[in-house]
Amino acid sequence: MSWTKKDLLGLEYLTPQEIELILDTAESFKEVSTREIKKVPALRGKTAVNLFYEPSTRTRVSFEVAAKRLSADVINIATETSSVRKGETLIDTGKNIQALKADIIIMRHNCSGAANMLARALDISVINAGDGWHEHPTQALLDIFTLKEKLGKIKGLNVAIVGDIAHSRVARSNIWGLVKLGAKVTVCAPPMLLPAGIELTGARTSSDIDAVLKDADAVNVLRMQFERDENAAFPEQLDYFKKFGITEERLEKAKKDIVVMHPGPINRGIEMSSGVADGDNSVILEQVTNGIAVRMAVLFLVSQAREAKKGRQ
Amino acid sequence: MPENPKILDQEGIQRAIQRIAHEIIEKNKDSASLCVIGIRNRGVYIAQRISGAIKQISGEEVLTGALDITLYRDDLALATGQPLVRKTEIDFDINDKNLILVDDVLFTGRTIRAALDALIDFGRPKTIQLAVLVDRGHRELPIRADFVGKNIPTSVKESVEVRLKESDGKDEVFIAEKK
Repeated sequence: MSWTKKDLLGLEYLTPQEIELILDTAESFKEVSTREIKKVPALRGKTAVNLFYEPSTRTRVSFEVAAKRLSADVINIATETSSVRKGETLIDTGKNIQALKADIIIMRHNCSGAANMLARALDISVINAGDGWHEHPTQALLDIFTLKEKLGKIKGLNVAIVGDIAHSRVARSNIWGLVKLGAKVTVCAPPMLLPAGIELTGARTSSDIDAVLKDADAVNVLRMQFERDENAAFPEQLDYFKKFGITEERLEKAKKDIVVMHPGPINRGIEMSSGVADGDNSVILEQVTNGIAVRMAVLFLVSQAREAKKGRQ
Repeated sequence: MPENPKILDQEGIQRAIQRIAHEIIEKNKDSASLCVIGIRNRGVYIAQRISGAIKQISGEEVLTGALDITLYRDDLALATGQPLVRKTEIDFDINDKNLILVDDVLFTGRTIRAALDALIDFGRPKTIQLAVLVDRGHRELPIRADFVGKNIPTSVKESVEVRLKESDGKDEVFIAEKK
C-alpha cells in the first residue's frame, strides 16, 4: 500500500486503506514529539504555506508545528493583509505561491470546494484545512486516530456526533472516515441543525440525545457555528444546553468509559459543561497532541507522492 | 538452487551472533553502560538476539531499542518507492552509553549514516559501535563495522538476502540476482 495523491482534500475521496495508511504513519510520527530534539529532517528544504481565509489558531498552529518538526520552512499568509484584499482570485494567489517554488499549500477557505478547485489548478500539493461546510479531513483523521488509540479499533464502534451538524465540515469528514472504517455513526441534533440528506453518507440521525448516548462508545461534540450562516435559525443557547448539552448527569447514564471528544474551541455551558470538558472521559487535549502526528503524516505522504510523480516524469 | 548460494544457515547465523556478543563484551568491559539498538526491520531482531546472547554470557540485562531511519534517508526526495515510516522505540537515555548499533547487511553505508544522524537527535552516547551480520562491501561513505558476522565479497549486481525467523519464518542468508 502506498500513497499516490499529491493532495489531501477530503475523506470522501479516500479508500479505507489510504485512511489506515495515514493513521499508521501518524502512529510512527507521534514518537518524534516526545524526543528531546523534536525534529526530523524528512522535509528539509521544502516550503509549506499556510493560506488561511478564515480565522484559525489551533489548526494553523498545529500545521505549523507539524511542518517544522519535519524541518520544512513555513510561511503564514494572513489574507486580511494580503493582495486578496485587492481582489486577487484564489487561483491567481495559488499560482503566485507556486511560482515562489513553495511545495505545499495548506488552505482554509469559507467556500466549500475551494481546496478541490485550487488542487486542480496547481502542480504543488494542496492540503484542505477546512473548506466551508464541506470537509476538514485532518480534524477527522485526528479524531479517528485518538479514538483508535483509546479503544483499540474503529470497526464496530458506536460513535455519536452531537451538535451543529448542518454547518459542520468536521461532522462530514468524521462520518466519511468512520463509516469507511466500519463504525456505526449517529448524528444527533435538534431537527433544525440536521441537514437534509445527511443519511446518504451512511450516518443515522436522531434528536434523542439520551437514547444516543446510552449506546455510544464515543461522542464527538460540536460547537454551534453561528458565524457560518447569518440567516440560519439556531436554537436558543440555554435551551440547547438543557436539551442537548453534554453534562455529568447525562454521562452518568452512558457507558462508563465513553470517550468524549471536541474539536475545539469549546463553548462551555452551551454544547458541553465544564465538568465534562475537564473530566475523566474527555480526550480533548490528547486530540490536540495527536493532531500534530496526523498532520506530520499527511505532510510527509503528500510530499512523497509529489516527489515520486516528479521522478517519473 | 545453484544461482542462490547459501552463505549462512541457521547454525551459521547463531554462531556469528554468539561471536559478536563475545567480542562486544570483550571490548566493552563496563557492561552496565551497554545498550543495543537495531535498525528496522531485521536489524531489530538481530539486536534482540545479540542482547540475549550478552545476557547469557554476562548475566546482565542489556537495554535494547529499535530505530527507524526512514525520515533521515538521503534518497527520500528521489523516486525510490515509498518506504513505510515505522516506529522508533528507544525508551531509555542513550547519553554516555556505549551504544551498539545493529543492522543485518552493511552495503553502501548510507543507512548507517542516516542512523547516526538519528541517534545524535536522541542524545550523546559515549561511543557508537557498529555490528552487522553481513558486510558485503561497496561502501559509498567512510563507514566501517566494529563487529562483523561474516564478510561476503559480492558484485553490485547481486543482492544479499537475509531471512530471519522473526520476520520470515526461517534463518538463512543467501545471494540473489538483483531484481
